[in-house]
Amino acid sequence: MSQYLLSVYYVDGQEEPSGEVLERMYAQVDVFNQKIQDAGAWVFGGGLHTPDTATVVRSENSQIITTDGPFPEAKEQIGGFWVIEANDLDEALDWARQATVACEGPVEVRPFQDEPEA
Amino acid sequence: MRRPRRSTALPGRTRGLSLDGTSHLDQDDIAQVFRAESGRAVATLVRRFGDIDIAEEAVQEAFVEAVRRWPESGVPPSPAGWIITTARNRAVDRLRREAKRDDRQRQAHEMAPPDEPTQIHIVEDDQLRLMFTCCHPALNVEAQVALTLKLIGGLQTSEIARAFMTSETTMAQRLVRAKKKIKEAKIPYRIPGASELPDRLGPVLAVVYLIFNEGYVASSGDGLIRQDLSAEAIRLGRLLARLMPDEPEVAGLLALMLLTESRRVARVDSAGNIVTLGDQDRSRWNRDLIAEGQEIVRACIRRNTPGPYQYQAAISAVHADAPTAETTDWPQIMALYDQLLTVSPTPVVELNRAIAIAETGRVEAALEDVERLDLEDYYLWHATRAELLGRLGRTEEARAAFLAGAELTDNRAEQRHLRRKAGRV
Repeated sequence: MSQYLLSVYYVDGQEEPSGEVLERMYAQVDVFNQKIQDAGAWVFGGGLHTPDTATVVRSENSQIITTDGPFPEAKEQIGGFWVIEANDLDEALDWARQATVACEGPVEVRPFQDEPEA
Repeated sequence: MRRPRRSTALPGRTRGLSLDGTSHLDQDDIAQVFRAESGRAVATLVRRFGDIDIAEEAVQEAFVEAVRRWPESGVPPSPAGWIITTARNRAVDRLRREAKRDDRQRQAHEMAPPDEPTQIHIVEDDQLRLMFTCCHPALNVEAQVALTLKLIGGLQTSEIARAFMTSETTMAQRLVRAKKKIKEAKIPYRIPGASELPDRLGPVLAVVYLIFNEGYVASSGDGLIRQDLSAEAIRLGRLLARLMPDEPEVAGLLALMLLTESRRVARVDSAGNIVTLGDQDRSRWNRDLIAEGQEIVRACIRRNTPGPYQYQAAISAVHADAPTAETTDWPQIMALYDQLLTVSPTPVVELNRAIAIAETGRVEAALEDVERLDLEDYYLWHATRAELLGRLGRTEEARAAFLAGAELTDNRAEQRHLRRKAGRV
């Protein structure tokens, strides 16, 4: 088994979805989450608050610098993610297909470096 | 321009080996065996060891061994089997060596049961499996093409680089990156199930057709290398047709490539100028390829599950049926384009359909259709428009359109062709 990160991004300046749309998306994602848990593929997942709630901490010349706001170099900001277990990329992509329909946004699939201990 | 060499992948060539074990054997012979057999060997080892680099390296080592031993010992009764067995042993040796270091001996043993007989049908499934890995939609199309030529086609990185007008370093990086992604993201080696096949077959066929066209249209570069690409694509097409006999579009693609290839020699004159379909010397068309292509098209029609490649092959077959350009059955071609449009509604198909309309005598209607299309970056749109304008006597516009087309292609032969046309309207 390998672990994959399925992440949902939103592009800077993208319009905030209406309450009605958000509600629909939440409901769809709930159904998807249940399905992925029932299948035993769930490791972790969740939605994040908007990027303006983010804080970046970095180490520069052995000094810790804290800045308000998201990582400034990124044009796209992560909006939420799942960590799943899958046998291979095809399985992970299959979950991603369902995820993108549920959350109505593009989903990036990325393998984790270390295989979990069996 | 060099005279095209008769391709080795055309009909009559057997996939097996015909080397005489007692005859003199040089490195070229073994290089030829490599081209023919390394794809099978790599695919088998990838299945066995689950790692492309290990497979490639072991097969390479087996060929080095062959170069050393065959000239003295003679070619073994089954050279392909010898290569696979030798490569497998090399890979096992390597894994055992590493296992000693990493304490993974057990794993190495499990991976490679000793002396397992090599069965050809399994080997062929292996190639299909690897083909679907190479053309996985999670890889970009350049990577798909490069991997297919390298792993299935047995081409060297330098050969692929030359054929695609890029440096060996760039091509090597492209291959390394693609193989890394296969390994790290775990792109599986498997033949997709029936429900996925329609989605997954598309990229495989697209890669083969892209390789063919790269060799046929020759957007630039050395003619000979280009022709090898088309030959390789036909070889891949035959392989797929053998492995997936129930997929009509696989047959359609093979027929389309064979029928197109049949006209290769006739589409260039002795001075290296392009000769368009209507002006070609049809006695130079390759009758064997036409017969083979048309037979496949007939089988497709009987099966009656059409698709884009089959329609295009059928159109090509209608052209091949006409002894002269004048006797071409244009209404039939029109009907096929109409059907092709229903499954593949692209502007390029509409452009070709417009040509058929013009050939049935309705030049103005054809021009109207052409001018509606949003293809102004495509040199053949300009060339087609120019041709139609010329027939309508709008000479100045035709000349300008031919020249506009010439500006949009990097292929020198095409540029020359269009400039000559501009001078003659």
